Amino acid sequence: WPYCRKRCSYCNFNTYVVPAVDEAAVRACLVREAQTLLRLGQVHSVTSVFFGGGTPSLASPGTVGAVLEAVAGAAHLPAGAEVTLEANPSSTCTSRLAGFRAAGVNRVSIGVQSLDDAELRMLGREHTAAEARKAVEAARGLFPGRTSIDLLFGLPGQSWDAWAQRLEAALGLCDDHISLYQLTLERGTALAAQVRRGALPTPPQDLLADMYQTARTVLLAAGFRHYEVSNFARKGALSTHNLSYWRADQYIGVGPGAHGRFVPRGEGGCSREARVQTLEPVAWMREVQSQGHGTRSRAVLSPMEQLEELLTLGLRTDEGITHERWGHFSPQLSLQAVFGAPGEARALQQQGWLVLDSGGLRCTWAGLAVLDSLLPDLLCQLQR
Amino acid sequence: PQCNTADPLKALVFDSTFDHYRGVIANIALFGGEIAKGHKIVSAHTKKRYEVNEVGILTPNEQPTHKLYAGQVGYLIAGMKEVTEAQIGDTLFLYKQPVEPLPGFKSAKPMVFAGMYPVDQTEYNNLKSALERLTLNDSSVTVHRDSSLALGAGWRLGFLGLLHMEVFNQRLEQEYNMSVILTAPTVPYKAVLSSAKLIKEYGKDQITIINPAQFPDKLSVSEYLEPTVLGTIVTPHEYIGKIITLCQDRRAVQKDMLYIDENRVMLKYLFPLNEIVVDFYDALKSLSSGYASFDYEDAGYQSADLIKMDILLNGNPVEELATIIHNDKAYAAGKLLCERLKETIPRQLFEIAIQAAIGKKIIASETLKAYRKNVVAKCYGGDITRRMKLLKRQAEGKRLMRKIGNVEVPRDAFIRVLKRETDK
Repeated sequence: WPYCRKRCSYCNFNTYVVPAVDEAAVRACLVREAQTLLRLGQVHSVTSVFFGGGTPSLASPGTVGAVLEAVAGAAHLPAGAEVTLEANPSSTCTSRLAGFRAAGVNRVSIGVQSLDDAELRMLGREHTAAEARKAVEAARGLFPGRTSIDLLFGLPGQSWDAWAQRLEAALGLCDDHISLYQLTLERGTALAAQVRRGALPTPPQDLLADMYQTARTVLLAAGFRHYEVSNFARKGALSTHNLSYWRADQYIGVGPGAHGRFVPRGEGGCSREARVQTLEPVAWMREVQSQGHGTRSRAVLSPMEQLEELLTLGLRTDEGITHERWGHFSPQLSLQAVFGAPGEARALQQQGWLVLDSGGLRCTWAGLAVLDSLLPDLLCQLQR
Repeated sequence: PQCNTADPLKALVFDSTFDHYRGVIANIALFGGEIAKGHKIVSAHTKKRYEVNEVGILTPNEQPTHKLYAGQVGYLIAGMKEVTEAQIGDTLFLYKQPVEPLPGFKSAKPMVFAGMYPVDQTEYNNLKSALERLTLNDSSVTVHRDSSLALGAGWRLGFLGLLHMEVFNQRLEQEYNMSVILTAPTVPYKAVLSSAKLIKEYGKDQITIINPAQFPDKLSVSEYLEPTVLGTIVTPHEYIGKIITLCQDRRAVQKDMLYIDENRVMLKYLFPLNEIVVDFYDALKSLSSGYASFDYEDAGYQSADLIKMDILLNGNPVEELATIIHNDKAYAAGKLLCERLKETIPRQLFEIAIQAAIGKKIIASETLKAYRKNVVAKCYGGDITRRMKLLKRQAEGKRLMRKIGNVEVPRDAFIRVLKRETDK
């Protein structure tokens, strides 16, 4: 759902703030594109659905329901499949959430970001900490064990102590899944501009490292499993949908700016393609209406490129890349053959950043925090 | 100007251009005699003989004529192939009738020097011909061959000023599509050897050191020598104080000071050459709002307390960055190099100690901290494609990196560190 009521100061997503949304038209296009692409991928069964954006909780439950119905009609949507909706605390009153649940949503991700009002103002969020708390509680009531919260750390001017307090507050409130993101100052955002001109301080690198380590340790102690760079879950409440990204499964992106990775068997394709839908909603709707889908770009991924993606994304998880998963993309060359021989991977193993064993290739606890320093070396080795 | 067509041919070359198809086109002014196609002429400077292919006038386009007469100004093509054959200021005369060479232009002394190297050694020949062609039309640029461990074979160029250098550089880029690396130049040092073994090796007891790698150890040397120049500065008296400070800062020794008239002073200082080659002239000019003038002449060699300064990364020396420098200036230069290196070497998974050392003694040091967190927070959707592009570029970069000990250094780090500061 590519619309928001206002743009947060740090956001650079493909989202639009418009005075009025023709919901019926958008709904019809989402439905149409979902059907077209599902047929194009000759999808037999859908494992999970994720409503992102924008602010999906601004869409009406009716729209969500219509899309789910379309999905169920074009492919098999098992009863227990994970259906997540991203929600903003300012549009998540209990009745609304109940409406989403009735429409088929069974998991919610609440964009809390911070539990401090001053920080929320700096981030340009629409809600207060109190409103965020209420939203999470409402969500937990309707989706027990299936509520996630998003948190940001490393805000300009945030001290380590302040972060420690936020963490504690969040732990008292959260359910069994937390997505914890280091704030990235993206070019073109209001917040980045403020920092650049000196109105706000740049967070020092070492402090960010400390904050991240603290979070990992604290969450671990609270029973969470750090299963991906930025995602923590306890009692097995992992996000199935996001796991499919990091395992390089197939996924279809529907809606303006959505991304997909699948094989378009419906038109005779046999290779995994990287696809992006048209970014701008009006243009996207026109294309969907005339051609059934608004795919702006599609590029076949070579076997090498697929392996590179698998490597880059797979190592973000604690499970890493299993031998089976690797074999699916590289039947001739095993993980052992590529990374077991003397070379970069062996050196990184010796330095304690990486592990290659019967379980596959994965980062150590320490290695996960510096993954981007390990990847170029591994990519070099893979290319050879 | 007084001249006579009956006199023997006397032509002054005042400019020249190079044409790919027709060869060198020399612009000439005739001070005597006449010249036409078929005449055999000689260059006073090179003593080479040529046959005239074409003469003509410039209107401003070239217009061939039958003959050129004394008093006229035009052009001449005489089968000269090399750019160096038509020296500006040269005199041309007929084969059988040598004349007194005209007083040519006095060559201006270069004031600003720079090392110039091609970005990649494969471009060396291209740069060589580009330089030859550019200097044909600009004879005030002096060119000497030079080489550096880090950057390969190149040149040491002399310019009339910083602006001259910048314009030259721009012309290279625009007209010849050459991008180059400009560095602070090296000067030829000497050492008087005291070790019998080394004297035997070199065959003499005094050697010229061009390369820091050749720098003989203090124990084998009885004396180090650096080239000096005697500089003459003429300035309005209000700038004397600042100029004296500048000269003292450059290790210069005052040799003379006298008032030329009630406003202007002439100062004579003995400078070590390496102190003036980079930016002395421009510093002098800006101190004096442009009023001070500077001239210099070679003044031989003087004894100097020279040392070889090494740069170490985690204890491993980086050969390409070793410099020969005067002891007094070592600390400042070492510190600057370390700071610049800290900014150009990317952070790695371990701490990097960047040190400047003389022998075993560390004189300056910077520390580049290790990465404790380096992983992108969010990686969904569009981020993935972008991420892959960035990572692949980094992987490419890694392949081009040099490994010094366990430290990975990008190829262009040395270049960035050795480059002159173009905006001070």
